[in-house]
Amino acid sequence: MNIQVRYFASIREALGPSERVELPAGTTVGELRSLLIGRSPAHAAALAHGKALRCALDQAMCEESVAVGEGAEVAFFPPVTGG
Amino acid sequence: MAMARVSIQAEDFDLTAEVAALRARDAAVGAVAAFVGTVRDRSDGQGVSSMELEHYPGMTEKAIEAMIDEALFRFEIRAARVIHRVGLLQPLDQIVLVAVTSSHRAAAFQACEFLMDYLKTQAPFWKKEHTPEGARWVDARVTDDDAIKRWGLPGRNAAA
Repeated sequence: MNIQVRYFASIREALGPSERVELPAGTTVGELRSLLIGRSPAHAAALAHGKALRCALDQAMCEESVAVGEGAEVAFFPPVTGG
Repeated sequence: MAMARVSIQAEDFDLTAEVAALRARDAAVGAVAAFVGTVRDRSDGQGVSSMELEHYPGMTEKAIEAMIDEALFRFEIRAARVIHRVGLLQPLDQIVLVAVTSSHRAAAFQACEFLMDYLKTQAPFWKKEHTPEGARWVDARVTDDDAIKRWGLPGRNAAA
């Protein structure tokens, strides 16, 4: 299945605003993160495990354990700092 | 038409006009609490010449709408309004407005603080400060996570 990945703030500066990814059905957000880490050294640095990173599925904050559906929008970004 | 509850905008806002609109024609209102966040010229000991605010269009609005629904559920309030600016801001500029109306003051004070605590840890905004040493993304604060935990909500924004 094909999904869209979006990045914000420092992650966007490192990887660009978005990219499309082909995934096996049932892939979780955490598995997607691992798959992206394998794409390039820049991905590996920006999305490294252990780094504080928040994620959203279809524009709602999510845990990495949730499964991604066909046509989903997944976002990775640093902890938020508004207000 | 009902007034918008949430605005994400580059433009400045007028506290007096926003409060007037929020309590217009509602004679059950006996209290208004409003918080305005502004840009400081210093952060962690360094001078700040300007600040850039980025958001996640669509998700940011949805997240704040959900926060206001939660505030209406938790507190005896009449209405709430949130405005958050994005783009390039300078020291002294206004960044964020949270305004709440209620019949009695306790609910307005509490809901205003709740909304700010929620916004700090759950709404997708990111600040980048420009300093004499260059630009830097602002780090999330563990103290903000502690603030949202007071309301019985998970505070895991700043954690690794």
